[in-house]
Amino acid sequence: MLRFEHVCKRYPDAGDALIDVSFRLARGEMAFLTGRSGAGKSTLLKLIAMMEQCTRGNVMLDGKDITRIGEGRIPYLRRNLGLIFQDYKLLNDRTVFDNVALPLIVSGYSHQDIARRVRAALDKVSLLGKEKKHPLSLSGGEQQRVGIARAIVNKPKMILADEPTGNLDPDLSAEVMHMFEQFMQVGVTVLIATHDIELINRLGHRVLTLEHGRLLAG
Amino acid sequence: MTMKRQTHSKHVGQRLLEKFQAYLLNHAHGLFSSLGRLSRAPVTSSMTILVLAVAIALAGCFYIVVVNIQQLTGNLQASNQMSLFLIDSVNEAAGQKLAEQLARHDHVENIKFIGKTQAMDEFKANSGFGEALNALESNPLPNVIQVLPKNVLDDRVALDALMAEFRQMPQVEFVQVDMQWVERLQAIMRIANRGVTLVGVLLGFAVTFITGNTIRLELHNRQDEVFISKLVGATHAFIQRPFLYTGFWLGFIAGFSAWLIITIMLLIVETPVEQLSGLYNSSFQLLYLSFSEFVLLLMLASGLAVLGSWAVLHYQLRQIKPQ
Repeated sequence: MLRFEHVCKRYPDAGDALIDVSFRLARGEMAFLTGRSGAGKSTLLKLIAMMEQCTRGNVMLDGKDITRIGEGRIPYLRRNLGLIFQDYKLLNDRTVFDNVALPLIVSGYSHQDIARRVRAALDKVSLLGKEKKHPLSLSGGEQQRVGIARAIVNKPKMILADEPTGNLDPDLSAEVMHMFEQFMQVGVTVLIATHDIELINRLGHRVLTLEHGRLLAG
Repeated sequence: MTMKRQTHSKHVGQRLLEKFQAYLLNHAHGLFSSLGRLSRAPVTSSMTILVLAVAIALAGCFYIVVVNIQQLTGNLQASNQMSLFLIDSVNEAAGQKLAEQLARHDHVENIKFIGKTQAMDEFKANSGFGEALNALESNPLPNVIQVLPKNVLDDRVALDALMAEFRQMPQVEFVQVDMQWVERLQAIMRIANRGVTLVGVLLGFAVTFITGNTIRLELHNRQDEVFISKLVGATHAFIQRPFLYTGFWLGFIAGFSAWLIITIMLLIVETPVEQLSGLYNSSFQLLYLSFSEFVLLLMLASGLAVLGSWAVLHYQLRQIKPQ
């Protein structure tokens, strides 16, 4: 599903962020990406999300080379990804429904399809009934679940999560992780960047560790 | 097998239709949500619209003033009247006869003979020198034939040729055409016309840049929304749509307001203008913007505003990248 081949990323003013990183993720695999702050986790996720392009090497996503991809094709490839952020990145002036519906509206789904899929996604994260609320009236855990619903509403092939439990207490973290495992079981590839070592150890999935831009294990 | 394919193609057709409906819905949503967004920030919106409207109205007023003056010179053009002053030895009867002869000329529309007696009577009545003129032994005024050339003689060369023809006639002392001041006025009007174009272009630029800048600020305020939309796979076309509609509304409403401003200004000056034209015995009618000019104004205003918005979006959208 995802393949990195000798990927290097150098920023003009910050130096090397990733050095010769190679790994593969199979379809339906779940892995943690870990390492200290500044080890290159965010850079690696940005390369997959096509927010950055690598300086050297190749990145393959779902059989397609996304290393040096044209600006015009990026939106269509991104629709195969579900992105989840530590700070949720919700639109606070819109309802929960509108937030979750955004990827569908963007992809041009019909009105009925949107309503049906948004309800299904909200049901999966147990937020059905809160469609009309605004994000700021929800708790942190609920906001993160809105973010997760938005990430899965488009039935993506891969989910990328950047510190999804960073702002949540242990119980909520475990709950969120349980959701990710459910997605994995239906064939979605999941990559989670986190430094919550305890959580990683407890769940026992594959771990990719970055240190100073190099991949240590995985 | 065939049935399966049929249902499949029907399904594809239906999906396409749904996609198209969703696309239209998205446009409609952009159209109305941008209007709603403008009305939710009434002070900012109305200030921008007012600035735009004043700029457009300025150009429009200049234009309508020139159109009205042109209306005047247009009437003048139609009366390229010539006066043929006859030599003294031609008496009134002979002059009258000559006039009848000239009336049959191919290039002559109309003829008016003013005999010296008639001219003297009019002069006595109007000049106020009545008594003094009575003291004159003989009538010093010449017989005059006023010639109105046919309208086909709009160009100067043909008119000059006709003048030369009249000048060669033995009975004619000299020919006078009051063309010079008409020509000067027309030259001034050509400059005014060009001035309208220049001012229009300049203010058009102003409208484009003002809208562009407004959209730039709006884009800046909604950066998060743009960023998130990008991350969930929105194309640039999708993201810029509501902003383009905002630009459209700004231009459209400003264009309409400009029309209102122009019309109100014309209404204010209408009475004094008509009084003035009355003093000149003229049937001058103040011209307002016609319906097609009104539509053109709206189209230009919204078109330029959309253009300004589009230019800004084209460059700025690529620059909004995640931190």
